[in-house]
Amino acid sequence: MQGTKSYLQVSSEIGILAIGVALLMISGEFDLSIGSLIGFSSMSVTLLTVEASLSMPVASILTLIMVIFIGYCNGITVVKSGLPSFIITLGSLFMVRGVTIAVSKMVTGRTQLGGLEEAKGYNIMSSIFSNSLTISETDFPISIFWWMLFGVLGYFLLKHTQPGNWIFATGASQESAKLMGIPVQKVKISLFMLTAFCSWFIAVTQVTTFGGADVLRGEQKEFIAIIAAVIGGTLLTGGYGSIIGAMIGALIFGIVKQGIIFAGVDADWFQVFMGVMLVSAVLVNGTFRKKYAQG
Amino acid sequence: MLRDSNQIVLKNIYKNFGNVEALKDVSMSTNSGEINCILGDNGAGKSTLVNIVSGVFPPDKGEYRINNKAVAFLYPHEAISAGISTVYQNLAIIPIMNIYRNFFLGNEPLNNEYFKIIDKEFAIDTTIRELKKFDINIEDPKRSAGTLSGGERQILAIARALYFGAKILILDEPTSALGVKESNKVVEQIFLLKEQNINVILVSHNIDQAFMLGDKFFIIKNGEMVGHFDKLETSAKSLRTILEK
Repeated sequence: MQGTKSYLQVSSEIGILAIGVALLMISGEFDLSIGSLIGFSSMSVTLLTVEASLSMPVASILTLIMVIFIGYCNGITVVKSGLPSFIITLGSLFMVRGVTIAVSKMVTGRTQLGGLEEAKGYNIMSSIFSNSLTISETDFPISIFWWMLFGVLGYFLLKHTQPGNWIFATGASQESAKLMGIPVQKVKISLFMLTAFCSWFIAVTQVTTFGGADVLRGEQKEFIAIIAAVIGGTLLTGGYGSIIGAMIGALIFGIVKQGIIFAGVDADWFQVFMGVMLVSAVLVNGTFRKKYAQG
Repeated sequence: MLRDSNQIVLKNIYKNFGNVEALKDVSMSTNSGEINCILGDNGAGKSTLVNIVSGVFPPDKGEYRINNKAVAFLYPHEAISAGISTVYQNLAIIPIMNIYRNFFLGNEPLNNEYFKIIDKEFAIDTTIRELKKFDINIEDPKRSAGTLSGGERQILAIARALYFGAKILILDEPTSALGVKESNKVVEQIFLLKEQNINVILVSHNIDQAFMLGDKFFIIKNGEMVGHFDKLETSAKSLRTILEK
């Protein structure tokens, strides 16, 4: 059970990100800024709480507003410029990370901050984001249950609702979707805001777990979330993908990452494994697309 | 039974793109129950004319009337609400999405307004029923639309337009990418649209096929309407002569 808990915890963090990323990728876009947004959110919550003496729930909500706004800026820049989101969000990756490091150095002179445990409202936040539930004598972090909940919601949105249909159509053929009256720009902007929300959620989970922030939190998470989505069958070109798939991708990630440690293999091999998985998944997905899209 | 004539009248339409005069003083009039063919070479101005009628952009000058009422569309969806639907050659359907999702794309039937939940049962049943009217039997509308033949895809787009209330239907080269057999299937269904009192505007450069189907012919050359004919007063041969002159 201890092993299960350990990989589920890793999977749940990547999984929550991968749900947002998969939806965005199905609509035909990428968001490389989510890793930086995790660092930004965790630092922002901690600074506002520790330095500005706000209560933690207030700090978290203010941070959420900022992060959603950054997501909106990503989205509006992509749809208005028509440039690849890969480039636009690569820009935000560096801008957001740079601002996070510069501001936290300016304010505190450091890049790591602690001391959240004594802050006002820490207990409430911690009980929502980093509580644990005991099942057969093992404490399972609550993030696993959030992951499941988001998964069910994401699955339902994509498979059973009108916005879900619009996400598929936007990614599969933006021109056709536009001609059928689908607001493709709104669809994309909302999804950039959703991936930003997912980053915020993971950041708050982390700061409540560790009691502090580090400007480098979330580094490379953007790639891992994309890999999870792709392993789960999401097409890089948009128009096809699944939430269940992305969740399985995240699960595989967690199992292998923790499994390699438990098995006593050098953890460097994990990166090799991820790379191989990614390339194989892209190859399989490409074959699939040829089979169905051209019919 | 009183039938609306679904009449479209264009009078002295002009459209420029920069220095290029795409349309010069173009006039035409079409009615329901007719198949109206717009003939012309590539670049003659057919697509510009279609785009004006279907609301992609407005003309620079000139009058556009539907059932004797002046209209000025700025967006395709305004034209769609006025009963004008366009079936584009390549953009008609999304191959990777399944058949019923294509049929209801942008007009999803909901069984819960608040959560925007799609009524799949209704969507599936309706798709099967509507396609049957056009002689296409689909057992599983959940399969991807890419598995349909080229002709079936065009017919799906036509069936969809009619189901959502199109009275004036613009078909942009509906058979140009199809083989003979598939092409015939589509032609057969276009011909039947006349009985449903639809005003069909067929854009084509296949003169023989257009002559076989059409009631009226409009010939565009270099942005100008060089002639319009009723079927009785012309022949495929003389249309070709005018086009190639």
